[in-house]
Amino acid sequence: MALDAFAPWEDPTAKPLIQFQNVTKRFGDFTAIDNLNVDIFEREFFALLGPSGCGKTTMMRMLAGFETPTEGSILLAGQDIAPVPPNKRAVNMMFQSYALFPHLSIWENIAFGLRRDRMPKDQIAARVEEMLRLTRLDKFARRKPHQISGGQRQRVALARSLAKAPKLLLLDEPLGALDKKLRQETQFELMDIQEKTGTTFVIVTHDQEEAMTVASRVAVMDHGKIIQVATPDVIYEAPNSTYVADFIGEVNLITGKADPKGDVLQMHWAEAQPAIVGAPLEGAQAGQDLHYAIRPEKVSISTEKPVEAANAVQGKVLDIAYLGNISTYHVELAGGQIIKAQAANNRRISRRAFTWEDDVWLSWTATAGVFLER
Amino acid sequence: MRQMSWFNVTSLTLGFVFLYLPMVILIIFSFNESKLVTVWAGFSTKWYGELINNRAFLDAAWVTLKVAFISSTLATVLGTMAAIVMVRAGRFRGRTLFSGMIYAPMVMPEVITGLSLLLLFISLGMDRGVFTIVLAHTTFSMCYVSVVVSSRLVSFDQSLEEAALDLGCTPVEAFRLVTLPIIAPAVISGWLLAFTLSLDDLVIASFTSGPSATTLPMKIWSSVRLGVSPEINALSTIMILVVTIGVVTASLINKRNVVRQRRDEAAAAKSA
Amino acid sequence: MRRLLIAIPYVWLLALFIVPFLIVFKISLSDTAIAIPPYTPTLDISAGLGAIREFFAALDWENYIWLTEDDLYWKAYLSSLKIALISTFLTLLVGYPIAYGMARAPEEWRAMLFIMVILPFWTSFLIRVYAWMGILSQEGYLNQFLLSIGVISEPLVILNTNIAVYIGIVYTYLPFMILPIYAALEKLDISLLEAAEDLGCSRFSAFWLITVPLSKQGIIAGSFLVFIPTIGEFVIPSLLGGSRTLMIGKVLWEEFFSNRDWPVASAVAVVLLLILIIPIVLFQRNEQKQREAGR
Repeated sequence: MALDAFAPWEDPTAKPLIQFQNVTKRFGDFTAIDNLNVDIFEREFFALLGPSGCGKTTMMRMLAGFETPTEGSILLAGQDIAPVPPNKRAVNMMFQSYALFPHLSIWENIAFGLRRDRMPKDQIAARVEEMLRLTRLDKFARRKPHQISGGQRQRVALARSLAKAPKLLLLDEPLGALDKKLRQETQFELMDIQEKTGTTFVIVTHDQEEAMTVASRVAVMDHGKIIQVATPDVIYEAPNSTYVADFIGEVNLITGKADPKGDVLQMHWAEAQPAIVGAPLEGAQAGQDLHYAIRPEKVSISTEKPVEAANAVQGKVLDIAYLGNISTYHVELAGGQIIKAQAANNRRISRRAFTWEDDVWLSWTATAGVFLER
Repeated sequence: MRQMSWFNVTSLTLGFVFLYLPMVILIIFSFNESKLVTVWAGFSTKWYGELINNRAFLDAAWVTLKVAFISSTLATVLGTMAAIVMVRAGRFRGRTLFSGMIYAPMVMPEVITGLSLLLLFISLGMDRGVFTIVLAHTTFSMCYVSVVVSSRLVSFDQSLEEAALDLGCTPVEAFRLVTLPIIAPAVISGWLLAFTLSLDDLVIASFTSGPSATTLPMKIWSSVRLGVSPEINALSTIMILVVTIGVVTASLINKRNVVRQRRDEAAAAKSA
Repeated sequence: MRRLLIAIPYVWLLALFIVPFLIVFKISLSDTAIAIPPYTPTLDISAGLGAIREFFAALDWENYIWLTEDDLYWKAYLSSLKIALISTFLTLLVGYPIAYGMARAPEEWRAMLFIMVILPFWTSFLIRVYAWMGILSQEGYLNQFLLSIGVISEPLVILNTNIAVYIGIVYTYLPFMILPIYAALEKLDISLLEAAEDLGCSRFSAFWLITVPLSKQGIIAGSFLVFIPTIGEFVIPSLLGGSRTLMIGKVLWEEFFSNRDWPVASAVAVVLLLILIIPIVLFQRNEQKQREAGR
């Protein structure tokens, strides 16, 4: 993937396409967006990820022009867009419900926005054909929305919102209504179309897998605030808080007291247990409350004590979740802490080395997990 | 499918006999030869002939249709506006009074509505006739239209309008190009309801009309007060048949559309 | 734009619904006069402030006192309430089994049954009432039929009695009772009844313990839809009722058209409205509750 080359957010001279500057949005007493700042760059595929009610949809609706910020401003290519009504914005939106006009054919749906621009007839026709080809809908042009399947409707909605070649395309849970298999196929299709058209995409989703798959950067949101903005791998490997660590994928969280030792950081977390060793956390003071986050797949499980592991603890297998390709072991440590460890099932299940109630060793390297302050 | 019990079959049969027998009898006796409406004296269509030659009835029918057409059209426009206000306008001053005024005329006894409108027209010194009946009918039937249309608007997916705005429509264009075509069936049923209510109304028309305008129900009323008459039977038969044909046709069209839509959706799901 | 959208229907309803009402109220406080219009005082704004003061001074509650003194009126109100109550109950008795039968009918029949119930609603009210005149009269079809099969030897007197009024109300308002009950019963999940039977209910007790409580909302809505318009009913008591059938709608009509006593007719209307406010508010509250529960 060309992701390594494409990173305008690391270039201090790059001009963002969209800037949220101290944006706050209140509905009565409820604060949907709380003093939010973020820059989104041209050609980015930017994902807003969070649970329902976190404010991600409100952010999108402010970009589309259906809501106006209570405080602060939103700039599109340097221009404040607050006074521009939705029908005058070079921003188009793909709705969660798709919002296809039921009384118009697929062709007319796609042409709808172009007709509003008073574009000449032959140009409209050419553009609609182009969009139909792009989304592989040529065969369905004359049908009405209720005469096509859910996946096709999703592509019509995409084609319609892309037809006007917007500077920015907003996608509100675009794949939420599709079943899992179709969703995965469509994710790659979306990325493909985004690359082909070079449009900036902002996608709202509550599905972390979807955000990780499609986005160049992910913003994890909670209660109207952005908790972390980063590329998918950073979000996963180096979350900045327990909230992000917990929201993305599975994680083991252990709490304890900091104990800096030279170029490593140790954390004491239970009586008579070896301290957890990991990479240092900037500004961590001795005795400070800390969290340690480690992904289950980075924890190894074995019957013998491993020789060279930076971290090794003993426990008892409490539960095994067999998932086919992998198994998750729930291991109870001496202090009652439960750690999940994942192992690939590269042998048949009958030859598994350990089972319920077995004493096992869990181990991981010094860089496998991260220390978090909050 | 569960077998229907004898109890259900009996109650449905008796119920529908009760609902329809009086009208069936009315229709049969409209073809009675005799002037004595309760004694059968052979088949004849002579009462229909007399009806057609009765100028007073024809005039009244014409007035009624005119009033119904104008008032239902006005009521549809006003009622649709009121429905949009109710569903979409959000908060504004006097909203409670507004929704009260929308619902109240439907539960108001006709005698009160009629009396109050008559007193208004008198105190304004207006000549009573077709115009005043139209005003009266528009006022009460617009409330029915607004209820029909607003129940459709409530279930209307507002993101359709937002999509239209997003694609470059002004609010007025969005209404004309997207909202109106989609809610059109509800607007049409609202119009039909208003039309029927106007055709049907006796009490309010009696209060608000003047000597220059007599509607068909008023004419029927003055004639049936004296007792059953074969001419009225013939007229009733015609009215019942027109309504039956209308309602049955409308429901058949509706059913065909629903069936077609289901078939299309099933086919679309399969092709996916 | 938005303002205009609100203003047009608003002004229309104010002018043709609220203002007429205020006029009725004002006239109910005036005195009867042999004049055109047949009441005093009439307001003449051009005569200045003094005239307006005089105008208000001339208004009084005399007509309302009159309503309480002449027992015709309060008897008419009571009799309207009684007739409305009894006929609502009768409509429920007739309508519930029909709604129940519809809801239990095979699904492909239901649309047709539904149309058959609303079809009479679209046909003229007046004609539906009129149809019963020929059936119920002394030499009508019902008496002919009963005499011919020998059930009775003398024709029954039904037309021009309260019985005919009850029959007319049940007949014309039946769809209003059936439809809400049907809507409630159709939503009812059959497996609830099966669960009740599984837990030891008989068919009959399952009906009383499950079906009836779950169709309560429909019963309440239907009853109000019949009860409220029946109180002010005019056509049915006039055509089917006799001279002794007292209903307030008829009294108002006669007071206005026959006696030309506009102030008293107006007072009758105001009191009728006050009586109706209670069931209307209850009905609205019930609908509101149902809407909120539906969410």
